[in-house]
Amino acid sequence: MANSKSIINDFCITFSTVNGSGSATANTTLMRALFRMGIPVSGKNIFPSNIQGQPTWYTLRLSKKGYLARVEKDDIIVAMNPTTLAREITYLAEGGVLLVPDDFKLGDLRSDIIVYPMPVKRIIREAEVTPGLRDYIANMVYVGTVAWMLGIDMDLIHQALDFHFKGKQKAVDTNFNVVKAAYDWSKENLEKKDIYHVEPMHGVDGYIMSDGNTAAALGSIYGGLQFAAWYPITPATSLAESLNEYLPELRKDPETGKDTCVVVQSEDELAAIGMAIGAGWGGLRAMTSTSGPGLSLMSEYIGLAYFAEVPVVIWDVQRVGPSTGMPTRTAQGDVTMANFISHGDTQMILLIPGTINECFEFGWKAFDIAERLQTPVIVLSDLDFGMNQWVTPKFEYPDRPMDRGKVLWEVDLEKKLKEWNGTWGRYLDVDGDGIPYRTLPGNQDPRSGYFARGTSHDEYALYSEAPEIWERVFNRIARKFVTALQYLPKPVMSETPKAEIGIISSGSADPAVVEARDLLLERGIKTDYLRIRSIPFSTEVESFLKSHKEIFVVEINRDGQLLQLLTMAFPGQAEKMIKTAHMDGLPLTARWIIEQFMNKVEA
Amino acid sequence: MEQSTNTISVNKVGLSRNDYRGAPSTLCQGCGHNGIAAQIVAACYEMNLIPEKVVKFSGIGCSSKSPTYFLGRSFSFNGLHGRMPSLALGAMFADHTLKAIGLSGDGDSASIGLGQFKHMVRRNLPMVYIVENNGVYGLTKGQFSATADRGLSMKKQGTNPYTPVDIAMEALVSNATFVARSFAGDPRQVKELIKAAIAHNGIAVLDIISPCVTFGNHEDSLHSYAFGKEHEEPLHEIAFVPARDEITVDDFEEGTTRDVTLHDGSQVILKKLEKDYDPTSRWQALRMLEQAQENNWLVTGLIYVEPNTPSMYDLYAMPETPLNRMTEKQLRPTRESLQKINEMIF
Repeated sequence: MANSKSIINDFCITFSTVNGSGSATANTTLMRALFRMGIPVSGKNIFPSNIQGQPTWYTLRLSKKGYLARVEKDDIIVAMNPTTLAREITYLAEGGVLLVPDDFKLGDLRSDIIVYPMPVKRIIREAEVTPGLRDYIANMVYVGTVAWMLGIDMDLIHQALDFHFKGKQKAVDTNFNVVKAAYDWSKENLEKKDIYHVEPMHGVDGYIMSDGNTAAALGSIYGGLQFAAWYPITPATSLAESLNEYLPELRKDPETGKDTCVVVQSEDELAAIGMAIGAGWGGLRAMTSTSGPGLSLMSEYIGLAYFAEVPVVIWDVQRVGPSTGMPTRTAQGDVTMANFISHGDTQMILLIPGTINECFEFGWKAFDIAERLQTPVIVLSDLDFGMNQWVTPKFEYPDRPMDRGKVLWEVDLEKKLKEWNGTWGRYLDVDGDGIPYRTLPGNQDPRSGYFARGTSHDEYALYSEAPEIWERVFNRIARKFVTALQYLPKPVMSETPKAEIGIISSGSADPAVVEARDLLLERGIKTDYLRIRSIPFSTEVESFLKSHKEIFVVEINRDGQLLQLLTMAFPGQAEKMIKTAHMDGLPLTARWIIEQFMNKVEA
Repeated sequence: MEQSTNTISVNKVGLSRNDYRGAPSTLCQGCGHNGIAAQIVAACYEMNLIPEKVVKFSGIGCSSKSPTYFLGRSFSFNGLHGRMPSLALGAMFADHTLKAIGLSGDGDSASIGLGQFKHMVRRNLPMVYIVENNGVYGLTKGQFSATADRGLSMKKQGTNPYTPVDIAMEALVSNATFVARSFAGDPRQVKELIKAAIAHNGIAVLDIISPCVTFGNHEDSLHSYAFGKEHEEPLHEIAFVPARDEITVDDFEEGTTRDVTLHDGSQVILKKLEKDYDPTSRWQALRMLEQAQENNWLVTGLIYVEPNTPSMYDLYAMPETPLNRMTEKQLRPTRESLQKINEMIF
């Protein structure tokens, strides 16, 4: 039983393994079991750009207060990779625990740590596993020992495996038998000397476990996605793969049994965006998903969609750039590129989900916004959201019908032509909101067709190089982005009475900010917080800037890109904003944010 | 007294030739592209296509301007350099009952567009894909394109040191299901090939040598009128018979013709010239192109056709209703299904 020194539901375990060894199954199995106990838990995979053989780390953080950000300490290390063992031991907290295969040479160990050896080879040998599977299943040994050490119910492990293998009995049994053997061996042969325990709690009632890419794919499907084109790229690949996983179940026409959504794996990102824009022009809810290098390739076509006014949704699951950068590490480094993407004067609608649930919500909302405004919408997620497992409130069904925007089919056109004295122009702003009416290919009214183009055109889509026409049409497009504000998700605010310091942040920087604010408050530093969810910025952002003495703009990049955009939008507030930007490829920590505050306060 | 009638002749869908015309051309006088536009108008008129059932696409360059000059009532999208195939693919999935006509050039398809061209071909996207091939960049005032002959001289550019890209060959090796080559100076053949291409259920690549009267009309160039007229070697005379028409083999004598039945039941009738050529053999097609290259022939006609390969639409379980006519009820899964998902993903 837990004694007075016990630490319950509030510590970190890092699993150090070899890439391609099947550790993901072991790690998510433990995460799911802990989640089932009602413990807020987050899992972060720090992995190499490699298929097999390189070191990889997975950290589970249990937090009874519900903090989901990364922390820079390891209470427990499961060391399955001899090549990194020596370094890892130095990361271990005082009095921490090391679980290690019993055949590893440990050398001189720190005296303050507790070591539990695991007879990995023996258990696997005795488990009657086919030789080809031995390496993969070795990680299940530590699942058993960790379960013994922390007190995780074997039933929950079984449920998690059952989920993971989608009920495939043989796979579940093979893995579970190893876990059980390790659990029993540990119970019999090891003596618990450490202070870490888990206990059931109600920290995640009404929550689910999902990664952001799955959430985005499901959100898009519930948004009525009709066409997706994509090209494989880390960390966006699993978004499109999730579409392929869920579409057959969710989007077969009940009457005809036919598919109501088409997914095409294209030859490259240049083609993926071309296909998506073609489909968007044709009246389909169209999207592509990519990461920074892909977005760079897409820039020319996105400019065409901006100017020809084609709705399309682009998910950018950001990774570390520029260039190939660190393909398997997280960043918020595409903010300014996405905002201004393509040559000439352009502006994009940016949506920035700050939770996994919002990845789902913005999945469907992005189509409403793109079709309403007839313009590209770029959703900025990142690797930390996209590929890691998170606990998150259940996905909520869309709270409003689809907004298909100003589309004229045959009857609508007929009606409107009467209203408009017989004239319709594809780029004519009749409503004064900057948004024209569009027709779609297949419309059989002979007056419906028009010539879409990236070249200069007048209100009737006819080619023109007349200066006044160019300026008139181009300035009208800019007006759409004022109209846009009423359709975009507002920022989320959290206030502390009498706070004079503000924090602005977005996306996956949020969990670290949330935790940092609590810790700062413990030190007597009160903060208000505004989380940006869309760009162009709403008026709430300006009021927030105006009502605070200084504002820390926290983000995961080198140059302070969100700060750059805020400075441009609100030049009068520029001097109050403090660049708080950091990018090393890892998710942000509360400790780092606090350090920036203390440096500033002390300076 | 003869009564003057205002009756304009119309086709079977009640449309006149005027209904198929576009805006007046802004290309150079005598440009081969204008002739091709005229033949597209004639082919669509004669095939009784409804302009609203056709969508036009193009990339960037002189060729890509030409969709303005035909089928003014049809929807059209002028995309990016070399990247019209992807645009067309996405758009055609919006309503797969429409016919797609793509206009490209050698600068557009044989350089930046070579990748998209070949991938469109291997997907067998149903589309008429015309390459107006003149071996030269016209809008930027006369540079060699990737299809220009090796050794060709131009005033400012010097001599072209590279071997040309052969559009028909590229299409063939990518398993195109319809490959033809023609010469803009042979309007009758151009028209018949366009008709057959429209009837084809799959990608139909038409490489049409279309001389540039301003920058590329050198007598020794394969892409000139003089060369074309002198060196054109038709593989066969060609006539297209739509499915609904009774087949009368007018001037095609028994024993010297070969019929190819397309997917919709229409037929292409090839009248043999001196060569014993089988357009359903890819191997023969490749050999013939190789031979033509060696001998400096401009061989025209239907080079290859395979009418029965499934098109890209066949690879998807497409509903009969065009996707872009689907309602919210068909597109948004139920509330109950999301509950199930929430339970399922734990």
